[in-house]
Amino acid sequence: MSLPLASLFLAELGKVDPWIAICSLATVFVTVGMGFWSAGKSKNAGDFFVAGRSVSVGWNASAISGEYLSAASFMGVAGMVMATGYDALWYPVCYACGYLFLLLFIAGPLRRFGAYTIPDFAEGRYDSPLFRKIAVCFVLFIGFFYTMPQMKGAGTTLAYIFPGLPYWAGVVVVGAVITLNVSLGGMKGITLVQAFQYWLKVFAITVPIFVLASIVGHYEDHVSANKTAFETVASTPANIERKALPAKAPKDEQWISPFGKLTTKAVDASIAAAPTPEAKAALEANKKPFSLLYTYSLIIALVCGTAGLPHILVRFYTNPDGVAAKRTTMWVMILIGVFYVFPPVYGVIGRSLTPELYDAVGAKGTDKVVLELPTLLAGKNHALLGSVLSGITCAGAFAAFMSTFSGLLVSMTGALAHDVYGRMLKPDSTPEQRLRAFKWAAVIIGAVSILLGMQVEALEINFMVGQAFAIAAASYFPLLFMSVWWRGMTMPGAAAGMLGGGVSALLAITMTSISDVAAAGAKKITDVAQLAAFWQDHPVAKSLADMWVAHPLARILCEQPAIWAVPLSITLMIVVSKATAAKVPGDIRMKMLVLHAPEALGLKQEYIKEHEGLSH
Amino acid sequence: MRETTSNPDAIHSDAFLARLMRDQLKLSIACALCFIVALVALPLLNYFQPAFMAQRVFGFTLSWLILGVLFFPFVWIISFIFIKRSIALEVAEAQAATKDGAKR
Repeated sequence: MSLPLASLFLAELGKVDPWIAICSLATVFVTVGMGFWSAGKSKNAGDFFVAGRSVSVGWNASAISGEYLSAASFMGVAGMVMATGYDALWYPVCYACGYLFLLLFIAGPLRRFGAYTIPDFAEGRYDSPLFRKIAVCFVLFIGFFYTMPQMKGAGTTLAYIFPGLPYWAGVVVVGAVITLNVSLGGMKGITLVQAFQYWLKVFAITVPIFVLASIVGHYEDHVSANKTAFETVASTPANIERKALPAKAPKDEQWISPFGKLTTKAVDASIAAAPTPEAKAALEANKKPFSLLYTYSLIIALVCGTAGLPHILVRFYTNPDGVAAKRTTMWVMILIGVFYVFPPVYGVIGRSLTPELYDAVGAKGTDKVVLELPTLLAGKNHALLGSVLSGITCAGAFAAFMSTFSGLLVSMTGALAHDVYGRMLKPDSTPEQRLRAFKWAAVIIGAVSILLGMQVEALEINFMVGQAFAIAAASYFPLLFMSVWWRGMTMPGAAAGMLGGGVSALLAITMTSISDVAAAGAKKITDVAQLAAFWQDHPVAKSLADMWVAHPLARILCEQPAIWAVPLSITLMIVVSKATAAKVPGDIRMKMLVLHAPEALGLKQEYIKEHEGLSH
Repeated sequence: MRETTSNPDAIHSDAFLARLMRDQLKLSIACALCFIVALVALPLLNYFQPAFMAQRVFGFTLSWLILGVLFFPFVWIISFIFIKRSIALEVAEAQAATKDGAKR
């Protein structure tokens, strides 16, 4: 398999822009190099799992930001703003602002409790090994959901750089490199690499757009080129060039104003299928209220989901103490906030200058606008500048999916090696055995991620990430929030809420994905008879698609389940906990003190001593 | 709920824990409310006042300017205030608790 791939690679290399190739390869080599370098410095199990718990605020904030700014942020947000307009702005804003919730309610207490992983917290808070197992399953589960879009980003970018390379080859190459990196350096190695990659990403998103804007016109000029529903003509500034939009692109009025294509898609599909004018009018009246509902559900999913992503949470344990954890979160918000202003700019300028992307689908569609835009300068007598800037954005894209995937791999590997192997399978294993388990677990998880990544070419990057967020929002966020602030929570309550919310959100999302994947396949078929046969082969997808058309509200609630799943989860927690009140852990007051009292009081030490006294 | 009363220290009293959690939660909720009000209000304004939100400010629409640019500094301000207050609160709690302990 490797020989034909290598020859294909060499044949393609001739056609590739040298600057793009150099910048991308440099990013990969620096990443691997830093991984090797820090591998020599990571010695014991603590270094691997939580970087020795001694990462400074500056490093840790850069590393969290580096890990958080994924392919979805770097490429997906720009692509989605270009494709759907104003509504997509909620994504960057809520990605950034979700951190505020983490800071306000979860960051400090969680760090004080001092456990390696979320499953550790689950077990420590409820004294229940069973609950640990449930939590482990969820770490792996949400992790894989979030891994798929990163893999899609990898496949898309490599297919862009080397136009002849198939999608799956990019997934395999990037997946293998990162897996190697993680199994060599563990958490400590990754911290350094992540921090470096944050700064690379900020550089790669800002510099090209500043240069580009100075030549083709600024952000606000390109926004104002789109006329609103309240204007009769667009006030396009004189220096702005605008290419004609293809038929597939949303109209200006829809694109620039709230409640556009993203949130009204379900109702629009129903209107198109409505048999009578009366039915059409009735649906038309529902359009705006439904899209308001969609917007709120999206906001809840993104804000609560950020606070529940396991690969982000695990990083809090690398802070020296709770105060440092809070300071770190503050800096993370500034670092990612600065970054998130820029991806929409690419989307807006892309709408003016590269509207041909609207016509393409999959890896060649709007998702690649960040990579495509700088090359336009070549047509404006800045050939060299265009290549260099395009090389820079490619490097940034590489950094984006590599860093997020490494973070996910560390947290999932940690769950598998520390929780499954170290706690369940072989509780009496030596530190050396655990270290070896960590490396093997990294290889296993990496391989599964690569296989999953190959399946998702048809789905939009940002959409997949949104779904991972919705599941996290309905499971981990209620668990953490309620466990930290409510003494009366019991293990059955916590488990019922987490599983009830998470699984129902997952089912709802899977239902929409089944019909969406089938619909993407159906789009490629033009022949009517073949199309009918295709739908006959996919009866489940067909009946789901029919149901969405008949009930657009159901479609919205299944596509964005957070608005009902988060309250469902919290209600389940309260009701079941009340019913099983006798199971509240006996030393709950001490646990709460450890969670909330300042470290200066030294309660942590007492707690550990007390526990040792109990168990030995 | 079972409670162990083996340690009579002031830090281990229910009153101390209740106060600790209440003070910190109050601060967190106050900050969260500022943020939630903004998150709830913006879609409502878009819904009920579309013409007002569509007016041009520096070339952006008002709604675009708020969501695409101004929201980020707004959240930084909230988090900055929270961090300052929260750390001050912790210092005060630690001092109060150790003073109580010394008095006994």
